[in-house]
Formats: sequence, C-alpha cells, structure tokens
Amino acid sequence: MSTLLDLWTMAAVCAGAIFFLAGMVGLLRFPDSLTRLHALTKADNLGLGLVVLGLLPQAGGVLDALKLLLIWFLLLLSGAAVSQLIAHRIVREAGRKP
Amino acid sequence: MIDALNAVLVVLIAGLAVWITLARDTFSAVVAFIVYGLLLTLVWVQLQGIDVALTEAAIGGGLTGALLIGAASRLRHTEKTVAAEQPGSALKWLAAGVSTAVTGVLALCVLALPTPAPSLAREVAANIGSTGVGNPITAVLLAFRSMDTLLEAVVLLFALIGVWSLTPDRFWAGRPGFKQIADPNGMLAYIARVLSPIGIVVGLYIFWAGADYPGGKFQGATILAAMWLLVIMAGLAESPAISQIGLRSILVLGPMVFIAIGFLGVAVADAFLAYPIGFAKPLILAIEFALMPTLTLILGLLLLGAPQRTRDA
Repeated sequence: MSTLLDLWTMAAVCAGAIFFLAGMVGLLRFPDSLTRLHALTKADNLGLGLVVLGLLPQAGGVLDALKLLLIWFLLLLSGAAVSQLIAHRIVREAGRKP
Repeated sequence: MIDALNAVLVVLIAGLAVWITLARDTFSAVVAFIVYGLLLTLVWVQLQGIDVALTEAAIGGGLTGALLIGAASRLRHTEKTVAAEQPGSALKWLAAGVSTAVTGVLALCVLALPTPAPSLAREVAANIGSTGVGNPITAVLLAFRSMDTLLEAVVLLFALIGVWSLTPDRFWAGRPGFKQIADPNGMLAYIARVLSPIGIVVGLYIFWAGADYPGGKFQGATILAAMWLLVIMAGLAESPAISQIGLRSILVLGPMVFIAIGFLGVAVADAFLAYPIGFAKPLILAIEFALMPTLTLILGLLLLGAPQRTRDA
C-alpha cells in the first residue's frame, strides 16, 4: 500500500514539475503579455495542484494535509485575482474595451 | 542530491546579486531584489532557521519589496536623466575600489571566525525552562535579549516619524495615499473580501504559534498589515488620518508597555527588563500582545507613506 502511495507521489510531483517547466518555457517564449500570463497560470494552478496532490499521502496527518490544500487554495485565489488585474491593465493600456 | 540543489541555490543567489547591481532599470532591479529575498528564504529553510526564513519572506521579500516598488514608481520620471548620466572614470574606479574593499573586509571577518563559532546556544537551551516559552528564538528575543527587541520596536516608530516628517505642510494631519476609487464589484474588492478574513486568521495564528513554534509578532504583524493595505487598496476602507488620537495611542502602546515592564523589572527583579521568577511567560505574553497592534499599524503606515491629501479629501 505504501509503495503504491509512494508511486502516486512520484508520478504526481513529476507531472506537476512538467507543468512548471512548460509554464516557464511559455513565459520565456510566448510573444505578448496576455499569452505569457496564460502560460504562468498553468504552472501556478495545475503544477502546484499536482505537487500538492502528490504530497498529500506523505503528510504527517490530516491537519498537515489540510494545510497543504489550503496553500493550494490560497494560491489559486491569489493567482486568479492577480492575473485578472494584470490582464485588465494590459487591455486598458492597449486602448481596447475589456 | 541536496548538495547539488544547495549549490544551484548559491549560484542563483550570487548571479542574481550581480544582476541586481548591474541592472540600469530601477524597477527590474527591485523585482529581482524581491526574488533574491525569496531565494534567501529557501537558504534559511535549508539552514533550519525557520524563524529567520519566515521573517525574510515577510519583511525582506514582502514588505521591503513593496516599499522599494513604491520608491521605484516615484522615481520613474527621473529614470531617463539618471540613465543618461555617465559617471567619470575616476568615480567608477572609486566606487569599484570601495565596494571591493568592503567585500574584502567582510570576507576576512568571515574567514577569521574561530571554529567552532562562539555560541550561547547551550546556555539558552539550559535556561529556556525559566522563561516558560518553548521556541528558543522567542526566548532569546523576549527574555535573554529583550533590550534588542525593544530598540527594534522603537526604531520602527522613529522610521514612521521620519516618513511622516516628509509630509507637505498643507496635508499635515491628513490621510496617506491617494483616494482609492475602486469598482465595488471588481476583482480587487472581491479578493480583499475573500482573502482578508483568511489572512487575519493566518496572521494571528503565526503570532500565537510564536511562543512554541517558529513564528511571532513580526511575521504575524506583517501579514495583518498586508491584509489591512489590501482592504485600503481595494477602496473598501479609508487610509487613516495620521492626526487621530486613537491611532497615535496604539502606535506608542507597544513600546510603552515594553518600557513599563522593563522598569517593573528594576523595582522587582533588580535589573531593567528582568522578569520576576515565575512571571516570565505572562509578562512576555503581555509585551507580545501590546506590540502586535503597534507593529501592524507601523508596518502598514510605513507602506502607506506620508500624507498626500487633507483629512476630508
């Protein structure tokens, strides 16, 4: 059972790392701010989400697991809000209506 | 594996430090400095200094970063003229010489440290029982070296007075920052409504946990101050007028309680800031509780800056 959980951790954390890598590549390679923002949110939301899901079986107890989930939730919230604000600013500066 | 990661961290930090020094654009340098603070946080975690890591993340990365971003955006209109200035070669050589000399002296000091480094860790571990706190960092900060903590709190108050003294005469006793007119249904107002209750709980938790685990009033106060600023920036609350008596009383409350307890030590336990036996924990708690609102206000007001409009504007 514990081997199975370890395998799950490895698979999920690796998948998360791939999302971070892809997000990083997107951030460096995409042509404009809006698409770069898009790449970044993938790394934040999915990458960290998979890492957290992978680490859940390794957490010391229910409380630690809840703390991990809370961190993910807070990052989802702030990431979504901040990228909305940045995107709003970009659109406004480009002179288009949001 | 861990060694390789540490090596990567060291290379990243050294490279970033060079880049910050060389960057001509103030704003990029500031952003890089914030990243630098976050990397330093990782270093402190690796060195098992969780308390320092928390402080570095909250104050070094977060608060200082926000202060510097504010400074950079105020300096933006001077950027062009500064970038156009070419310092003479004598000045360049002088700057390089002084920097190299300072670095050299620092390196010599580090190399001259005796091994093992002098440490009072054993004495702290032996006497921590008498303070009643479980976290050795808190014990050092509020029992064994409480004088330093008192001076730290007072220095912050002086820093705030320094910021306030930059107020133009006509705005004295006014409100810091421009009036925020935010869309009440906008994203910022939403995030301020959802995030601030969670942030307040987290801030108070970190403050409360500081007695026995990594955490404490400085880290907790930074988070509370951040939540306060978020609510102000979202336009859900006004920044306070600096003439308010209530505001000013809270600003001096923390240091006053600290000093009063210090003099109590003179009367009861023979030394300034000495705690009578058996009363260390409650007195430390009293100081922490008095300092917490003071620090929150000072940190928030430092970021808000000098008043920029009248009280009713």
